[in-house]
Amino acid sequence: MPETTLQTEPRLQEPDLFYKSLAQLHAGLTPEESLLVNSKLLLVLANHIGDHQVLLQAIDLVKSNVSTD
Amino acid sequence: MQRTYQYEVFPFRPSPEQRTGQVMRHPVIVVGAGPVGLTAANDLVRQGIPVVLLDEDDKVSLGSRAICFAKRSLEIFDRLGCVEPMRRKGITWNVGRVFFRDQEVYRFNLLPEEGHAHPAFINLQQYYLEEYLIQPLRDHPLADLRWRNRLVGLEPGEDHVHLTVETPEGVYETEAEWLIAADGARSTTRKLLGLDYEGRLFQEKFLITDVVMKTADFPTERWFWFDPPFNPGYSALLHRQADNVWRIDMQLGRHADVELEQRPERVLPRIRAMLGEDIDFELEWISIYSFHSRRMERFLHGRVLFVGDAAHIVSPFGARGANSGIQDVDNLIWKLKLVMEGKAGPELLESFNFERTRAAAENAFHTETSTEFISPDTPGQLALRNAVLELAREHEFARPLINSGRLSTATVVPDSPLNTPDRDPFTGGPIPGGPATDAPLTRAGEPTFLLKQLGYTFNGILFVERPEEIPEAMLADLQELAAQEVPIRTRIVAAQPPAQAELQGIPLFHDVAGLARERYAAQPGAFYLTRPDQVVCARWQRFQRNLVEQARDRAACLVR
Ligand SMILES: Cc1cc2nc3c(=O)[nH]c(=O)nc-3n(C[C@H](O)[C@H](O)[C@H](O)COP(=O)(O)OP(=O)(O)OC[C@H]3O[C@@H](n4cnc5c(N)ncnc54)[C@H](O)[C@@H]3O)c2cc1C
Repeated sequence: MPETTLQTEPRLQEPDLFYKSLAQLHAGLTPEESLLVNSKLLLVLANHIGDHQVLLQAIDLVKSNVSTD
Repeated sequence: MQRTYQYEVFPFRPSPEQRTGQVMRHPVIVVGAGPVGLTAANDLVRQGIPVVLLDEDDKVSLGSRAICFAKRSLEIFDRLGCVEPMRRKGITWNVGRVFFRDQEVYRFNLLPEEGHAHPAFINLQQYYLEEYLIQPLRDHPLADLRWRNRLVGLEPGEDHVHLTVETPEGVYETEAEWLIAADGARSTTRKLLGLDYEGRLFQEKFLITDVVMKTADFPTERWFWFDPPFNPGYSALLHRQADNVWRIDMQLGRHADVELEQRPERVLPRIRAMLGEDIDFELEWISIYSFHSRRMERFLHGRVLFVGDAAHIVSPFGARGANSGIQDVDNLIWKLKLVMEGKAGPELLESFNFERTRAAAENAFHTETSTEFISPDTPGQLALRNAVLELAREHEFARPLINSGRLSTATVVPDSPLNTPDRDPFTGGPIPGGPATDAPLTRAGEPTFLLKQLGYTFNGILFVERPEEIPEAMLADLQELAAQEVPIRTRIVAAQPPAQAELQGIPLFHDVAGLARERYAAQPGAFYLTRPDQVVCARWQRFQRNLVEQARDRAACLVR
């Protein structure tokens, strides 16, 4: 598989632990603070990925994953 | 309020049309004596084309507008012979500091790369720039400067444009084979032709204040604040200009009361809070702006050519307004000249449209992304922006995301129809469609710069180890190219110091610091072909006359 493809198969080594840490990051935060924390996390991860094509694919994935309400 | 600058009033004089009652047909009329129209007039007369320049006003630009002039503009002004006073008066700065709330996020040092004739940019008030561009035109036999001449009517013809001009002594008619519309954002020319100016207005209002600094030793740095305590929720910028004048730009938001915010009793406390109580200053200028981002779909309409703000306007983040207009002119005038001489076909002017609409799109992209960073629209965007700023203090990776304006640089157009794509491998260097890079050279021991040696005609840059190695047949080819109808004048850049200043009429230079061959990724024998606007249009690792001629014919859209 070319490196510039977003990996969408399940890859997290510890999904529950990861989710718990993520949720804890938001514990007790106001919506505004949560938004800031999420943004920081996103930027850290994006920089780690680095690959522009992969990041754009991730953005597209989220764009097309419309919420159902 | 303005004390540091004296506005000269340029006298109205009745035009020859008014004196004789005759309609005259001029080769070129430029409407608008702003920085862009004035650059056009300078380029035209330098190339031997007479110009009539119309302006409805009789002074240079009033008050505080453009201050940052980029390297590419300085190189163009250098070619036009008017850069000296700009460099003398202009301010060069290196240190930039970015603040978020009450803390410094980071500072950067823009120490200029060695070996360029001009710095990344200078800060100089627009009125000085215009004054220095008017100076060489004043007594120029080819320049006819007509102050208080307002364009009010326009009738496009097949091979000319018919103009109606209003003056203090009445209205007159005149004609031009070509009309260069440099009449600014509210372009009368554009309106008279009924052409669109698509884009949008940004609701944000900005307070521009110029102050004269009385406190000595205030640092010559660029300070940019996001969400500072003295202007919560908004941004602020501090920049030095000539005459010890400092530009303060304060974002006021969308709903600011424009009349109220300009009152000195309102402005002064803001500025004291910003500079500190112990700083002594005097107010020089106050005004409020909001910004458009708009452009025309085409810059070429028959015999009318649009340049500068008349063709495109952007928010000032990145100083892309005047700078891009100056580049429009640089791109246009040599093409217009070849078309006027009947040497080039109309496609050459079409390439002006292609290349400069491309540049305008790039400038719009950069200024719009800066605007989004400086003035986020939604809570989510604000959080993203603030996340970048908070991370950047400790983490270098976030710093490239900080956007307080991306400074204007020359546009590269890799897919211009004028380019001849590379056939030979190059590991670097300016690509076809990009501007030639500067480098220090010497000629007969005298220091100079590569870009100072290029311009007005097509040029060849031949890189050699030592000039004696150039075969006789090649020298003969180079001499013949220089004598053709659309000449290519070659400059030889030698790695070893040449014994003379020229070789059979071809100027010889020494690549003293080795920077020319490095910046052009040039092996000995490499040949770059540049257009009269110093843009590279083709390059080879080996000179081959027929390929060079083909590339020149293509870049000049030569009529056969
Ligand atoms: C606050 C601010 C800061 C800026 N900072 C920068 C910066 O740092 N760097 C930068 O590059 N740009 C900057 N700009 C943008 C810059 O000022 C403009 O892009 C530039 O002035 C455009 O030049 P122009 O010659 O195209 O148009 P203008 O300067 O607008 O000149 C148009 C001329 O046409 C004349 N005219 C208009 N209509 C007619 C008519 N009907 N007949 C005859 N004459 C007419 C006018 O009198 C005027 O002289 C800034 C702008 C603002 C507002």
